[in-house]
Amino acid sequence: MPHAFDEMSSTDGAIRPAYETLKQWLASVPQDVLDHRRKEAEFIFRRIGITFAVYGEQNAQERLIPFDIVPRILTKEEWARLSKGLEQRVKALNLYIRDVYSKRDILKAGVVPEELVYQNPAFRPEMNGQRVPHDLYVHIAGIDIVRTGPDNFYVLEDNARTPSGVSYMLENREIMLRLFPELFSMHKVAPVENYADDLLATLRSLSPHGGHEPNVAILTPGIYNSAYYEHSFLADKLGVDLVEGRDLFVKDETVYMRTTEGPKRVDVIYRRLDDDFLDPLAFRRDSVLGVPGLMSAYQAGNVTLTNAVGTGVADDKAVYSYMPDIIRFYLSEEPLLPNVPTWRCREPDHLKYVLDHLPELVVKEVHGSGGYGMLVGPAADRAQIEKFRDKLKADPANFIAQPTLALSTCPTLVEKGIAPRHVDLRPFILSGSDKVRIVPGGLTRVAMKEGSLVVNSSQGGGTKDTWVLDA
Amino acid sequence: MLSRTADNLYWLTRYVERADCLARILDVSQRLAYTPVTYGGSTNEWGSAVLTAGCAEQFIERYGPLETATEEHVVSFLAFEPENPTSIRNCFEVARTNARSVRTALTSEMWDVINSAWIELRNFPNRALTRDELARFLAFVKETSLRFDGATFRTMLRNDGYWFARSGAQLERADNTARILDVKYHVLLPEKEHIGGPLDYFQWASILRSVSALTAFHWVYRDSVKPWLVADLLILNRQMPRSLAACYDSLARNLDDIASAYGRQGPSQRLARSMLARLSNRSIEDIFQAGLHEFISEFISDNNKLGAEITEQYLT
Amino acid sequence: MRVRIRHEITQTFEPAARNASAIVRLTPRGHEGQYVQRWTLDIDSDTRFHPQEDAFGNLCHAFTVDGPVTSFTIAAEGEMETQDTTGIVRGTVERFPPSLYLRQTDLTHPSERVQAFAREVRAQPDDPLAFLHALMERVHGDVADADGPAMGDPLTAEDALEKGAACSGGIAHLFTAAARISGVPARHISGYLAVDGEAAARHWAEAHVPSIGWVAFDCGRNLCPTEDYVRLAVGLDAVGVASLRGIGGDTREQVVAFDGRNPPKPQAKSQSQTQGQN
Repeated sequence: MPHAFDEMSSTDGAIRPAYETLKQWLASVPQDVLDHRRKEAEFIFRRIGITFAVYGEQNAQERLIPFDIVPRILTKEEWARLSKGLEQRVKALNLYIRDVYSKRDILKAGVVPEELVYQNPAFRPEMNGQRVPHDLYVHIAGIDIVRTGPDNFYVLEDNARTPSGVSYMLENREIMLRLFPELFSMHKVAPVENYADDLLATLRSLSPHGGHEPNVAILTPGIYNSAYYEHSFLADKLGVDLVEGRDLFVKDETVYMRTTEGPKRVDVIYRRLDDDFLDPLAFRRDSVLGVPGLMSAYQAGNVTLTNAVGTGVADDKAVYSYMPDIIRFYLSEEPLLPNVPTWRCREPDHLKYVLDHLPELVVKEVHGSGGYGMLVGPAADRAQIEKFRDKLKADPANFIAQPTLALSTCPTLVEKGIAPRHVDLRPFILSGSDKVRIVPGGLTRVAMKEGSLVVNSSQGGGTKDTWVLDA
Repeated sequence: MLSRTADNLYWLTRYVERADCLARILDVSQRLAYTPVTYGGSTNEWGSAVLTAGCAEQFIERYGPLETATEEHVVSFLAFEPENPTSIRNCFEVARTNARSVRTALTSEMWDVINSAWIELRNFPNRALTRDELARFLAFVKETSLRFDGATFRTMLRNDGYWFARSGAQLERADNTARILDVKYHVLLPEKEHIGGPLDYFQWASILRSVSALTAFHWVYRDSVKPWLVADLLILNRQMPRSLAACYDSLARNLDDIASAYGRQGPSQRLARSMLARLSNRSIEDIFQAGLHEFISEFISDNNKLGAEITEQYLT
Repeated sequence: MRVRIRHEITQTFEPAARNASAIVRLTPRGHEGQYVQRWTLDIDSDTRFHPQEDAFGNLCHAFTVDGPVTSFTIAAEGEMETQDTTGIVRGTVERFPPSLYLRQTDLTHPSERVQAFAREVRAQPDDPLAFLHALMERVHGDVADADGPAMGDPLTAEDALEKGAACSGGIAHLFTAAARISGVPARHISGYLAVDGEAAARHWAEAHVPSIGWVAFDCGRNLCPTEDYVRLAVGLDAVGVASLRGIGGDTREQVVAFDGRNPPKPQAKSQSQTQGQN
């Protein structure tokens, strides 16, 4: 594996300009002060209640995502490039989903194979021919970005369903402002606090009908969901009601919430509930989390669901590999942000290459997430690789493979002091009927273990505040 | 009760309220000062802070023009300097002095909050604080006023003493909210260019933050932040505890309670009611039409007048 | 053949439900083999039907009965003219290309056992029609037609195979699952079988043969549907074509067929399904 690019020290050890002040500051503050601040941050997180539950853990406790107090810094120019690329990508995602559920031009043109759509579990036949308000599907997207060099940014993954993590982006900044005012006074950091306001403006712009004040609500699966904190956090910041399925009902193809003053119409639902559970009359019959009849109201055009139903058809890892072609097809533009090269194991020659090079590759399940069910070749032993080889051979279409990227590292506070750790970045892109909004930066996830490339919080990854410098 | 006792109670709560407001102003100014200019940060944020605190004259005398005010000077002046009669440190000093002289009119819980705060204050070094120390100091100030309000609300008898105490706090609070609007009214005016840009958002948000109403805003209006709604929230909305209308709602009630307890009413009741009526009968559109700045200037002067009337009628 | 059908579905709730939302697929469309002369839908509660078309082109009606609800009965009734097309289904509303119907669902899940079953049948790979007939033959032989109610929860393909007996819905699941495994698009059909003035709700399957189009197969009776069949709704499995989808409660249904000359002979079909609480 090649030597990783460090965002502070570059590859050759020369401090990059954006990090000069931070580097000096780090050198001037004693380790025990930093440790103390880290503990303070942890204490604040606990007090605010920013915790999450881990699936599959017995007696799952509420856990804290480790927070690293050393900020990750991007320059204004780097961000300008990224945000243009993100906007382009989300535009293409929206056009693709609309096409897949209506004219299917891209299938007729043979750019994307039919079965990737029709056999895709995330494809929702129910959405076929269904107009959605403002022709927008992915209103809130999280695009995961990795970096391998000063100018080398790649899209690693698109999240077009219900991307989470934005509460960490916001709370991380608040905590940094509280703990390190000194450090902020030495930098000009673009603020992110307007995200909630942007999100509300976006949601309001998506109301299915103009004219009156849209009523927006956030639909949560409830307090046992791992992202419940985020749901309640957002509802509070937006000043909208946090509802569960049982708080809503449908009458005459219109959605209402039960309030102390009687039924109140709901126009826009930011749902943090998977498609499967939305409506027991349309999807899983055993869902007690959803709202019976919700799809009828949606199909009648009386309510906006964000994100739209069936957006998952655009964000699995097999479709991902077609994204550059999808961008070219709809926008007649070259992708501004490249993909990580990807082998589709569904194609025999790709599969052969992957089987021949397993020790160097990262192999992922097409529909996997959270860092589960993947093989990191260089980090696996022979037995693990052979076991995975069998899985891969049994169902090749379920896998894609990518080269093991030397993800960039950022200075991170660990037990022995400041050390480089691998990071990625998840910016959040809001698409309203009026415009696209992106707050500068996003959520930086960091693999706290030395050498680890897995940044997922469920696998022990942590987060950092992300600074986009304004000058 | 003794006029002097009433006077002490009235000023005790005014000083605690003022300390709280100063802490907020410093907080918000600091935050805005770190914000890049392209996101609404400005170069003379510290000058604005001095203006909002209402002690520009003394400051200029000591440090020169506001345009060149530095963070170091402003923080030191507003928070600590004995030479500034209304620095946070002095507010706490005066509050404790007042409290001591009316010790028996306070409940022990109220006294405890004021006295512990005063003791705690000595633990903060008598030199320029680092930013981290300052952040902790400001958190301490805000916490103190929260505890004091809570102690007052939960333990004090509902008699004239309570009403004078509440009147002082409300009058001071109205003054603070009005000052924030007075210094910042220009960012709320509709004729301003680039309305709705991200630049304005941060200015509006900082106004809301300085009265702890950023989250409340969304709950009240269910809309993204708009300047006329910010003005509406701070001036006319009675749900918002720091709005002018809410302050006067409470002021008029407290003064009426005093009047009915004493069986006699006077100029302060009449003025408070007429101001409340003025706030109740106007819409934010009217106010913008007639001039936001003029409205606020007039309010500040009337509010001062009410303070003078209360003093005249009861406290001397 | 001229046939009159009356289909009643009653849902009861114990305890009473706060309110009851449901969607019914109880309105047939015409095609070359059937002509709908008259069709009405009625409910004994004070509510409004909201007509809609689902993704497959089926005519649906959504409604909500205000609570507390202890029961409601919905009745579809109408007259059809049907004719034998030797199982070939033309003139239908098609919203998807046939390849969509290669999609498996939970009820047609291609388990190893089902895959093995499908592999054994694939005798003549070049002649899909022959393959489908062989498959029907095989399904008919292996799974007895336990001609039960088609509503509710028919068995999965795997369970139908395992038990060796299933209602018409379960049998259709096995047929569609196996056809899809073999690369032949197949879909699930709900409707009625009316013979000699007796009628019942029934499920069967359709499979796509490139040179012909959609062809219907009722493996339970080992034949391609004739003029005795009335086609109601199309989907990927039994749940997708369910006559009534509601929440909780017990469901009873009754289908009656008659013509002008014979008095109606009721044939009660009842069954219970309880799916959790409201």
